[in-house]
Amino acid sequence: METLLAPIAELLGPAWLPIWTLVKIVVIVLPLMIALAYLTYAERKIIGYMQVRIGPNRVGPLGLLQPIADGLKLLMKEIIIPSGANKALFILGPVLVLAPALAAWAVFPFTDKLVLANINAGLLYVMAITSMGVYGVVVSGWASNSKYAFLGAMRSSAQIVSYEIAMGFALVGVLMCAQSLNMIEIVQAQSGGFWHWYWLPLFPLFIVYLISGVAELNRAPFDVAEGESEIVAGFHVEYSGMAFAVFFLAEYANMILVAGLTSVMFLGGWLSPFPFLPDGFIWIAAKMSFVLFLFLWFRATFPRYRYDQIMRLGWKVFIPVTLVWIVVVGAAMQTPFGYLFH
Amino acid sequence: MEFTGYVFYIFSAILLLASLRVITASNPIHAALALVLAFFTAAGLWMLLEAEFLAITLVLVYIGAVLVLFLFVVMMLDINLEEIRKGFWGYLPAGALVGGLMVVEMFMVLGGKDFGLAEPVAHAADYSNTKELGRLLYTEYVYPFELAAVLLLVAMVAAIALTHRKRGDTKPLNPAEQVKVKKADRLRMVNLKPQKPEAPKGDDE
Repeated sequence: METLLAPIAELLGPAWLPIWTLVKIVVIVLPLMIALAYLTYAERKIIGYMQVRIGPNRVGPLGLLQPIADGLKLLMKEIIIPSGANKALFILGPVLVLAPALAAWAVFPFTDKLVLANINAGLLYVMAITSMGVYGVVVSGWASNSKYAFLGAMRSSAQIVSYEIAMGFALVGVLMCAQSLNMIEIVQAQSGGFWHWYWLPLFPLFIVYLISGVAELNRAPFDVAEGESEIVAGFHVEYSGMAFAVFFLAEYANMILVAGLTSVMFLGGWLSPFPFLPDGFIWIAAKMSFVLFLFLWFRATFPRYRYDQIMRLGWKVFIPVTLVWIVVVGAAMQTPFGYLFH
Repeated sequence: MEFTGYVFYIFSAILLLASLRVITASNPIHAALALVLAFFTAAGLWMLLEAEFLAITLVLVYIGAVLVLFLFVVMMLDINLEEIRKGFWGYLPAGALVGGLMVVEMFMVLGGKDFGLAEPVAHAADYSNTKELGRLLYTEYVYPFELAAVLLLVAMVAAIALTHRKRGDTKPLNPAEQVKVKKADRLRMVNLKPQKPEAPKGDDE
């Protein structure tokens, strides 16, 4: 591949690197967009069957063209900017939500060869980039000049900032076991069958990470930021048409991202569950689908948490649990049982 | 010029513009957001200088946590712009002094050779400064590091102690008690005799 492209690289000179990187970005983002369009379809179908309904079945065979029809509808709609809104920030808000959701994929390892940027501090990069998503929420809530949007933004950002701490601590456990911040090395440290994956030695952290992930995504049962019954739709209540669709895309892109990160950190990434089966992209896809199914299942099963209960769960349950388990892992590594955590 | 050279100049231009906006923007929210942009661009510049750990930590700590809370406060406060502008000439000498000191410091660092500073060495691609930084922090500089951590803790406790006040009228919840509640504690079953239907009253619904 590299030798094939060498003549083109020479022709373009210094412009080659950005162009080639752009091509790689498109190769990641396009399938991601298709995946998230069909994630919305899967969500409606799965929750439909869980509630003994059929779900979308009108557009195309089995309703398979429904996401495309929805996308078209949102594209055609008018974008209304409220008269009292801060126009520049109102438009900047959705962009600030979507950009981190896509940028985090730069270091995501699909297999040990298939990664855009194999950087040493990959895990840290993901944490840093995803922590920027909260700006889009705050900015769009404030710029809307509406009390519902502002209240939703406040709720949402308080929730995101709180659960980020528990999430970060859960990942500290992973990097202690893997002794690396590099995503590929983290997966390789889990090789040797599904009982070597980190979900087993780091079980409490795995559970904390998964639930904090749902809370970070502002999804049911932690969707007080949207809270249709109390504050209409939270921070994006004033958005319409494509601007609203961008929030929608970002939510689903983040869902896939959290599912992917859970697979990489705790479920062995592209490794096969049994040593006699070959590793490959198919495994990480299967694991991500499983975690995504869990998210949909949660939404169909649990009622919405009360706001103070969410805060209590984050600060008084998850953070102490992760702190205790980090100490347990650190102490066990110094004993003969240390091999359990490698 | 290498591609990274172009990136450097673009980032520097953005950084300067963003910093300028921080002090010139009339709306405090715009100023805070310009500060976010300035930090992010600075992180990008550090990344170009191969300090990836520091760069990402800058994004994680300052942009991801500190400035979010900063933005919160700015959004909640009712800021009177006229009031803020008033002290400009009074603060100018102190500000100019600090700015001048920073220029001198930058000059000494950038012209390090003339001031007896060692030249920075470029490292190979497989050199992990994250690991190196961690090793140094927890071995050679462990006491200053722990001291800084304790200092931060003290500041945090002090901030809470200063702002915490006891109010008599709060009604705290006790989750343990809430969980323990049985049906019999709250619900009383009453055997009601069927009555003749009359005009419906609103209050028994």
